[in-house]
Amino acid sequence: MGCLLSIRNVSKSFGSTVVLDDISLDIAAGEFLTFLGESGSGKTTLLRIVSGFEQLDGGEVWMNGERIDQLPPNRRGVNTVFQQYALFPHMSVFDNVAYGLRARKVPATEITSRVEASLAQVNMRAFSKRFPSRLSGGQQQRVALARALVNRPKLLLLDEPFSALDANLRKQMQSELKSLQREVGIAFVFVTHDQQEALALSDRIALLRHGKLEQVASPRTIYNVPRSAYCATFIGHSNLLKARVTDGVARSGGLEWPADPAAGDAVFSLRPEHIRIVADTAPANPDAVRFRGTVLTQFFAGAQELLEVQCEGGVVLQVRAPNKGAILKELTLEFPASKAVRLES
Amino acid sequence: MYSKAYSRTVLIPPLVWVGLFLFVPYLILFLYSFWQVRFQVIVHDATSANYAEILHNPLYLSVLFRSAGIAAAVTCACLLLAFPLAYYVSFRLRTRKEAVYLLVIIPLWVSYLVRAYAWKTILGSDGVLNKLLEFAGVIDHPANFLLYSPFAVILTLTHIYTPFVFLPVYASMEHIPRNLMEAASDLGASSSRAFWTVVFPLALPGALAGITFAFVLSLGDFLAPLLIGGPRGIMISNIVVSLFGAAYNWPLGAALSFVMLVLVIAIITLTERLEKRL
Repeated sequence: MGCLLSIRNVSKSFGSTVVLDDISLDIAAGEFLTFLGESGSGKTTLLRIVSGFEQLDGGEVWMNGERIDQLPPNRRGVNTVFQQYALFPHMSVFDNVAYGLRARKVPATEITSRVEASLAQVNMRAFSKRFPSRLSGGQQQRVALARALVNRPKLLLLDEPFSALDANLRKQMQSELKSLQREVGIAFVFVTHDQQEALALSDRIALLRHGKLEQVASPRTIYNVPRSAYCATFIGHSNLLKARVTDGVARSGGLEWPADPAAGDAVFSLRPEHIRIVADTAPANPDAVRFRGTVLTQFFAGAQELLEVQCEGGVVLQVRAPNKGAILKELTLEFPASKAVRLES
Repeated sequence: MYSKAYSRTVLIPPLVWVGLFLFVPYLILFLYSFWQVRFQVIVHDATSANYAEILHNPLYLSVLFRSAGIAAAVTCACLLLAFPLAYYVSFRLRTRKEAVYLLVIIPLWVSYLVRAYAWKTILGSDGVLNKLLEFAGVIDHPANFLLYSPFAVILTLTHIYTPFVFLPVYASMEHIPRNLMEAASDLGASSSRAFWTVVFPLALPGALAGITFAFVLSLGDFLAPLLIGGPRGIMISNIVVSLFGAAYNWPLGAALSFVMLVLVIAIITLTERLEKRL
């Protein structure tokens, strides 16, 4: 798939605050890309620059070989699903969805069929005469989706669309959104601060921090091979091990594992679920690092136990182990050396 | 929730106030409208002659229609000034919103009389406007059609009642979520289309409240026509005033007042219904 949207060296400041600092990113046709970050990371500003509601200070935005950053929002061929839905309160569901087609002077007969098809797509056809105030949050969300998709944009922008929904409805809307995206084949750019949501929905995640891209990768890559300590801890949990590497061996408080040969101080990320409890008598695994530790705390979390284990060398590690129904004290543990990921400093 | 006894107790003073100073006077006025004057004495003989006089004497109806016309002109002018201003302050101004808002409010703190007299000094044959036009060479002798005319009344009342239209329109515009404008633009609407399809319909209830104020208040106005209306700018309230004064025909004045009261109540009820529909 070719490149649909190209964000090139985009910068943006509000007063003296730098909100976006030299962001470059390509989005492929049909891709589901998520801007993930804490509040203040610049994710919403980046989305608003693509939609045209913010002007950029430096850089360019290109779509399908056309530069669009100077175009007003109504001439960009992208549509947005707003955070609070932004449905027109004085119009029925039908008129809300038809708004974009009427603005573009689509013939009336075509409007009717397209609006109905679009409402059917989000299971809201029966509600076309209702007014937004008579709809639940999830229904308003669906109308907002239909209102954007009916225009057949090349790119759909979604600004934290589920933040106002309760947890159960959120899960349901997430899976509906994912299948809808596969069905329409339009590229989605999704903004969220919820890493679970990002992992579940995205083809790729662009993790932003203080206006810079920390990492752009698929959910699996960003989880398994985080680039920085921030990536490792913002997405999922991780143990950060400060180690010294000499002669291809990393050493951290009594633990030793083979690492890539670049010598010096380094930080490694080790996910809690990659550390396993093993029997003392189990045969040694050549690819694994084995060590003994003392359990400091044990939290019961249903299917799993969350442990804090102090290694013999003094390092404290978080371990996620299957629930065996026992109080744990002295343990033998191991982790595959390949799972200790060296982070960029 | 408060107890019933408490609710009743706190309701008594305002009810007594309204009863004593509003309903009782209206009742007296209503009774007066059925009496008559004979040989400079008000006689308590029930008659509907006063209402018949209003309907048959062309003087009253024509002044009533002229008053309504002036009020309508004032209302239109107020709306044409206030609506764009409210839109500009609410949607276009990013800073100094409060300052401009205050500028609209400040005239309300100035006495009505002072504002009416101010127009007298501006429009008079020796007034600021004439002097300016003479100085500029547009005219060589003072134009005296400016003051003492329906035009002067419309101008003055427009100046006085524009804030009454601005305030409700501005308030309803401030309640329009800003993301609706972004949504309209996102869906391909130009800014003028977004205005007519989003701002205008959502500000309409406020506009309706504003034009009701302006129309009803200017319909019943008697000071501006008295001060700057001249004989051609006379309005219905001036007639009521003179009936209660020099003409000494309280019953006819009362009847005329009642006709206006019914008219105003009808207008308010009508616009209230309309507002609920919007």
